[in-house]
Amino acid sequence: MNDLIWLIPAFPLAGFVLLVVFGRRLGEPVAGWLATAAVAGSFAASVATFLSLQGEHVHDRAYEVTLWEWLPVGGFHVDFGFLADPLSITMCLFVTGIATLIHLYSIGYMHGDPKFSKFFLYLNLFVFSMLMLVLGDNMLITFLGWEGVGACSYFLISFWHTDDANASAGKKAFVTNRIGDFGFMVAIFFTFAALGTINYTGIVAASPSLATTTATVIAAMLFLGACGKSAQLPLYVWLPDAMAGPTPVSALIHAATMVTGGIYLLARMNPVIVEASSWVPWMIAVVGALTALFAATIAVAQNDIKKVLAYSTVSQLGFMFLAIGSGAYVAALFHMITHAFFKGLLFLGSGSVIHGMEGEQDMRRMGGLFKKMPITAVTFMVGWLAIAGFPFFAGFFSKDEILLFAYDKSIVLWLIGMVAAGLTGFYMTRQVIMVFFGAPRWDRPLEEAAPELFAEREAAGIHPGHGAGPTGEIHPHESPWTMTLPLIVLGPLALLGGWLNSAFWEKGKALEHWLEPVIEFGEHHLSAGTTTLLKIELGIGATLVGLIGMTAAWFVYSRNKGEAKDRIELKVLLKGWYYDSSIAAFMGGPGRKGFDAIAWFDKHVIDGAVNGVGSVVKVTSDKGRTVQTGYVRNYALGLLVGALVVAALILSKAVTG
Amino acid sequence: MMLAASMGSEPYLILGAILFTMGAVGLLVRRNALVMFMCVELMLNAVNLSFVALSRELDDLGGQIAVFFVLVVAAAEVVVGLGIIVSIFRRRQGATADDLSMLKG
Repeated sequence: MNDLIWLIPAFPLAGFVLLVVFGRRLGEPVAGWLATAAVAGSFAASVATFLSLQGEHVHDRAYEVTLWEWLPVGGFHVDFGFLADPLSITMCLFVTGIATLIHLYSIGYMHGDPKFSKFFLYLNLFVFSMLMLVLGDNMLITFLGWEGVGACSYFLISFWHTDDANASAGKKAFVTNRIGDFGFMVAIFFTFAALGTINYTGIVAASPSLATTTATVIAAMLFLGACGKSAQLPLYVWLPDAMAGPTPVSALIHAATMVTGGIYLLARMNPVIVEASSWVPWMIAVVGALTALFAATIAVAQNDIKKVLAYSTVSQLGFMFLAIGSGAYVAALFHMITHAFFKGLLFLGSGSVIHGMEGEQDMRRMGGLFKKMPITAVTFMVGWLAIAGFPFFAGFFSKDEILLFAYDKSIVLWLIGMVAAGLTGFYMTRQVIMVFFGAPRWDRPLEEAAPELFAEREAAGIHPGHGAGPTGEIHPHESPWTMTLPLIVLGPLALLGGWLNSAFWEKGKALEHWLEPVIEFGEHHLSAGTTTLLKIELGIGATLVGLIGMTAAWFVYSRNKGEAKDRIELKVLLKGWYYDSSIAAFMGGPGRKGFDAIAWFDKHVIDGAVNGVGSVVKVTSDKGRTVQTGYVRNYALGLLVGALVVAALILSKAVTG
Repeated sequence: MMLAASMGSEPYLILGAILFTMGAVGLLVRRNALVMFMCVELMLNAVNLSFVALSRELDDLGGQIAVFFVLVVAAAEVVVGLGIIVSIFRRRQGATADDLSMLKG
């Protein structure tokens, strides 16, 4: 079976190629079904590899398959090979599994789009790149996939590129990601310089010999790369804007898979991170905790249904980084998987709502949709309970695990995490109430139903389309089966996903035992003072905080206390702490001047130095060439003088010697 | 042989030096290409004379072999040089070397 690992990425690649050649001819819906089948085939191959790995002895659970020698350059050898071990197969399983569902969903969601087949072409290319990222057996192939998913993300965010906002959102994501990519590249260079290999098996074997300084630089640079891809402070700005893409893209790329690339990379490189100075894990944990809190506060005041989920994603990724910084790799990967389930579900649910609401994305226009869209509503609420950490739903297990390790690291990090967890419960409950409950705000024209939103749109000159629904009455309806089926499949996963690694009894920690061979180097072990009682207390505390957040939101929004609402939804939160607009203002104003000054420096000082050297040479040689008079006698004189000098030298040598 | 044995190589070397200096000075001061050419020949033969004289004194045939080389090279040089001078004459009135200064920097 291990020879067939290449089938996992080959299926989506084949799908991509077929769609490039025949996509337009196949058209709707055949192109979509072809793409879905390709990814489903990849999922089947992943399952087969998983079963085969499971049959091996614990420490033999790694298949390394080299397909061909890719770059043989002197002492630098890179093979094109795949590494299937518990970590990469876990990633493969949930990436292909969720991608299959989202492909299916897209057939319904993209119905009637003129670029239907192109959308699936990009999606297949994305899945292929993502599988390269996780399956590659060395950093360069991971980097190939890393850039591939970045490019696909760009294509898909600006899929409806006729709208300027979408096109610039795509550019923003791409450019911001490049900043992080620089870190990843430098990390590859350093790894090769220090270890002489960039193969993961080689890195694991050689990492104990790494000097602390080198390991620190590599770990810090990897973290920079991860920050870009996984949208952490200060590079998170692209993710909320990435919501300009079609909703299945948001679900697949910007919630479930691509953004977890950074987590995967750090988990994969855990033997190096553990060799680094202790400030690197601290930095990862602090950045993660702050991002979790920061993004959660912004999510509280967003009105766009997808923006809430986007900031929520940033916040949940912050939790994962907090876990990695605390040395809890299992908890980070566990949360990544459960997050993929429930956030994928929530995004697909929001897409279903937007579809039903005829393109409207603002939650101030929704309300009371529960009766109109029962399947979407019920599954969305499962996702809501899962992310809020309601007992026995998926998020309950994974978030408790992270907070436990954060507590072990530092009580301050734990407190920040607790506040962020409480806010998660709050903003998700707010969203559920605003969308599915309360009085409907869509059964009348916009002007009557939501005067505030109407005034806002009038002022900004926003017309229906691209996030804004019709101004007249809207007739919400449940989505077709292709869209509800993925919701129905993901619902139970979000409900039960937590039992993958249940902390209730030792045998329940299936994921921990499964991942152990890969992450055992870096995994932190709880200090001895952490008794079972303390664990239970922390678990109850984390659950309570989530419940408090949910109850508070229920009081504020279901009881419709306008005053409290205004006090919570501050403008500064709605604007995302003005972080984005500050950057824009800075880049447009003082930053611009700074860059102009640098451009001036470049033009006059750097270029001046280069040109100066050139003109000095020119002047000197202008003078020098007059030596060539063209008269033979001058040259003859030169020869003679030279001969005399040589003769004199020889003579003086003969005399003195 | 008696005559040769009675004379050291000093006079030959002095004569060679005089001839060489005449050639060198002539090369520098004269403008006519043909005369300059003759001066070069004079210098070459002055060196040849020194070679032969020293060869005899040191009883080493190497010096005479060097002379043959110089003669061969000089003959080749004469062929090329005269060819150039003839072609100069075809284009210009005389063969004044200073007129041919088109390659100046």
